[in-house]
Amino acid sequence: MSFELPKLPYALNALEPIISQKTFEFHYGKHHQTYVTNLNNLVPGTKFENATLETIIKEAEGPVFNNAAQVWNHTFFFLTFAPNAGGEPTGALADAISKNFGSFAEFKEKFAKAAVTLFGSGWAWLVKKPDGTLEIIQESNAGNPIRKGFTPLLTCDVWEHAYYLDYQNKRPDFVEGFWKLIDWKVVASRF
Amino acid sequence: MAFELPKLGYAYDSLVPHIDAQTMEIHHTKHHAAYVNNLNNALQGTGNENRKLEEIITEISKYPAAVRNNGGGHFNHSLFWEVMKPNGGGNPTGDLSDAVNKYFGSVDKLKENLNNAGLTRFGSGWAWLVVKGGELVVSSTPNQDNPLMDIAEVKGTPILGIDVWEHAYYLKYQNRRNEYLAAFWNVINWEEISRRFKLAIH
Repeated sequence: MSFELPKLPYALNALEPIISQKTFEFHYGKHHQTYVTNLNNLVPGTKFENATLETIIKEAEGPVFNNAAQVWNHTFFFLTFAPNAGGEPTGALADAISKNFGSFAEFKEKFAKAAVTLFGSGWAWLVKKPDGTLEIIQESNAGNPIRKGFTPLLTCDVWEHAYYLDYQNKRPDFVEGFWKLIDWKVVASRF
Repeated sequence: MAFELPKLGYAYDSLVPHIDAQTMEIHHTKHHAAYVNNLNNALQGTGNENRKLEEIITEISKYPAAVRNNGGGHFNHSLFWEVMKPNGGGNPTGDLSDAVNKYFGSVDKLKENLNNAGLTRFGSGWAWLVVKGGELVVSSTPNQDNPLMDIAEVKGTPILGIDVWEHAYYLKYQNRRNEYLAAFWNVINWEEISRRFKLAIH
């Protein structure tokens, strides 16, 4: 069984002007694809040959982990988005965010800070912990919260390749745009 | 005295076509400048404002992450600008050439090792040519760490650093870090690296 690049439920230009088609062509068509290709080249002959992506993320180290986690992270990231999305969560997720962070506005501020201040390449995450509480964490490079036993709900890719063609050094502008792309129904389904 | 952004010895467009002018300008006036500003802010009021950058870097484990990240960023970029020049390239000469042949076999082999160090550095970081105990070695570090830092896996004096943060090449090369690394050899300033080599071995 080999891993495959997931299909996106929207066109590559559907999130413009926040994420340009050009960025998507590289981020999805090159970076994400390369992680898939690398992983398929790395796992044959290892104990991970028939393993799920989640198992590899939990147990592997080095290049196998890096590529597996980057496949998972990018799929998770891209599938959070929808054209004309944004707004605020509703229902149980909205209640949990208010309970854990005070308000949606405070949550946004904390999450954005985690995304903007992560030094180097990595990901900012909203996770659900085993005790049901929500937390915002930073992971470097390919880091993935599944490894810590957390359930990922939302992520923002802050590798420079995620935003450099559109925003260059202005990562805060990218993170500000990010909120307008989130399909909160998807995030709620993960919760 | 606060740290200052150094001026470049050449114009932003003078490394074209290997490194484009827009990348050079943003890299210098935005990224490097931010490291300088953040470093000054991180040191303010700590009593360490007047220490030399190298003194701070070599004892970096005693400092908070903001000093490590921004002090490293300032040091690394200052070195990076100097090991490039317009119409660079070619081969090292003299003692450096002899040392390269001794430790790597040939300059092509050194380039191959450095390209490999840069390509396999996952995420953001730097590839280095280091003088370690009088010998030449190639290494890489994550983020803005460098071989002078007491936390580095391979410790020594860096005489050449190649920036493999995506911001160093993304506008022109996007995901093709290998093409950026190949192009770098056309702007390398071997005279400056020779100068640093002599200082490091004496």
